Amino acid sequence: MQQDLPRPTRRLGGVAIQIAILLVIGVLAYGAIVNVTQNLARAHIASGFGFWNNTAGFDISQTLIAYSASTSTFGRAFWVGLLNTLLVAAIGIVLATLLGFIVGVARLSRNWLLARLAGGYVELVRNVPLLLQLLFWYNAVLKSLPLLRGSMTFPGGAILNNRGLFLPRPEFGPYFTAVLIALLAGIVAAIGLHHFARRRRERTGEEIPIAGPAMALIVGLPLLVFMLAGSPLTFSVPQMGRFNVSGGIEILPEFAALVVALSVYTASFIAEVVRAGILSVSGGQTEAAQALGLRSRVTLRLVIFPQAMRVIIPPLTSQYLNLIKNSSLAVAIGYPDLVQVFAGTVLNITGQAVEVIALTMAVYLVISLFTSLLMNLYARTTAIVER
Amino acid sequence: MPPRSGTDVHAPDAGGLARPPILKGLIMNRLASAVALAMALALATQAASAQTLAGVKDRGELICGANGTLAGFGMPDPQGNWTGFDVDFCRAIAAAIFNDPAKVKFVPLTAKDRFTALQSGEIDVLSRNTTWTLSRDTSLGLDFVAVTFYDGQGFMVRKALKVSSALELNDASVCVQQGTTSELNLADYFRSNHMGVKTVTFATGDEALKAYESGRCDAYTTDSSGLYGERLQLAEPSQHIVLPEIISKEPLSPAVRHGDNQWADIVRWTHFVMLDAEELGIAKSNVDAKLKSDDPETRRLLGVEGQYGDALGLTNDWAYRIVRHIGNYGESFERNIGQSSPLKIVRGLNALWTKGGLQYGPPIR
Repeated sequence: MQQDLPRPTRRLGGVAIQIAILLVIGVLAYGAIVNVTQNLARAHIASGFGFWNNTAGFDISQTLIAYSASTSTFGRAFWVGLLNTLLVAAIGIVLATLLGFIVGVARLSRNWLLARLAGGYVELVRNVPLLLQLLFWYNAVLKSLPLLRGSMTFPGGAILNNRGLFLPRPEFGPYFTAVLIALLAGIVAAIGLHHFARRRRERTGEEIPIAGPAMALIVGLPLLVFMLAGSPLTFSVPQMGRFNVSGGIEILPEFAALVVALSVYTASFIAEVVRAGILSVSGGQTEAAQALGLRSRVTLRLVIFPQAMRVIIPPLTSQYLNLIKNSSLAVAIGYPDLVQVFAGTVLNITGQAVEVIALTMAVYLVISLFTSLLMNLYARTTAIVER
Repeated sequence: MPPRSGTDVHAPDAGGLARPPILKGLIMNRLASAVALAMALALATQAASAQTLAGVKDRGELICGANGTLAGFGMPDPQGNWTGFDVDFCRAIAAAIFNDPAKVKFVPLTAKDRFTALQSGEIDVLSRNTTWTLSRDTSLGLDFVAVTFYDGQGFMVRKALKVSSALELNDASVCVQQGTTSELNLADYFRSNHMGVKTVTFATGDEALKAYESGRCDAYTTDSSGLYGERLQLAEPSQHIVLPEIISKEPLSPAVRHGDNQWADIVRWTHFVMLDAEELGIAKSNVDAKLKSDDPETRRLLGVEGQYGDALGLTNDWAYRIVRHIGNYGESFERNIGQSSPLKIVRGLNALWTKGGLQYGPPIR
């Protein structure tokens, strides 16, 4: 029916409407900005980002980049908070995905107990507010850990108490880069071997066992170089002080609680997404695979998942975005994420709520859009290729 | 399919149905009103904020930003009645305006949210153990009016830690509330004494205290007045001690929005008049008798002589109302945080200037 319409006129009209709406939005946004600026000036509230290079003056408990209360700026504190957010989000996404896929598959298992356990996990976890779960994990973590005096020590020098988990920090000697190069070379060689074996199998049908040689390349080669370079790796072992443990890598209980809470919570949603994805693949596919004599694990990996992923990825992306945004609940348990450091302490010291909140929102927007972009690129690789 | 008119194609009408003329008009109207709204927003000016007193009178109650979790200063009791030193200050303002100390609505605020609440007009006055600093006074659009409590920052630790001075806390973990001067002083103090510190920051004082109690931190820090109040909230208060060091100056003052001088005067003189009443020996119990006093200062304060309340925009018996309902400064102090309270804070710097303290009320004349 649309072919009957005068198309150019129709398109022109549509463009006019769109331009008008865009203009209205532009005027609204401009008006809001002008209004806010004027009102701030009238109320004698400072505005602008002039505070960015001022000295922060407060401490942050977890810093991935160098930071000191006496010399670092508010801008530096922003980056510290942002990196802490990204760290929690990245680790949370990995763990939630692993756990979610395992639970999702387990829920469809023919093993009655396993399926019921997975179902119970999903129903329990996704129906309790995340904030409560976070507080539960934080208090569970803190209360169950020993005090400093009763710290648990592990072979190798790791220490665990209610101040955190302290791991030996690796310190790299002068020739350690050579080991890394050897590792890289080993991986590349192993991939090459894999391709060679695959092509050979496709050509001759002959199966070459490559697991052994690949392991030798990836592990053995760097190990050999490591020995030759004179073991250029030492560990700085954490030391017990009067109040705290010093040295080593420090994993804060706040961080652990946040990662666990976010992973466990998001995994319950991912499990449902995975289950839906698997169920979307028609039963005939499984039957066909079985008729060809594929074992059930191989069927899952080579037949079901590649087709299920097309259904799984879009809702999975939403779950990743939820996890990233939910990480801002860190503020409840004192983990120094972007919201806690920047929209909390920095906002309060500078008093510039409009700028700080706007920037924080923009950062979450950028992180989320970037995550979506990556997932869309990945989705493209799983799309059905029409021949 | 009826033929389409030329203008009709402008409508984003994917369904291909003809639009009745009345709907078309509605859409055009809506577009016009959206543009008008945008213009209005761009040109909008907020009414000057200089009318807080009129606003409070119209509303029939004062809205006061208070702490909500700090025993002795601002906290609802088990029956839900707000009590405390900072709370009584707001009740005194309400008594001066309405002759009724109950006409106050208290809004509990965290340290982090308090200034935004005042800036945005959500509250009329902030009376929540807030330190007066230069940057807060100048860049937040606020005015601090008068120091109602001279405080300083201290530390609380477990007795079992066997620490007797804050200078022994090298490398300790310290729990602190976010967005406070305590957070900044803490970094300054450890730095200037060449000590290391691990700061664990929480959004509310409650969370920071709980983390300290659970053993997450070796020490908890806040204003020393707050330490006494919060120690009482711990399961075993006797197992914790407050260290002797006071590491900062914390003049606690109520705050109002910048630019409403009349309102700032009312809040400021509410404090001064309570000081003057204590100095003149005017208390809740004898205020009616004092109305017949011959002392000119007493007569001016209670509004028997002069038009001083008028000048503030209140009634002339405004100070009489404050003392009758709330009492003088000393009474409020003793009742909420002094010797007749569980906190047992000594007057110290908060004694009247005549008794060696810093509290000094300018004369009413």
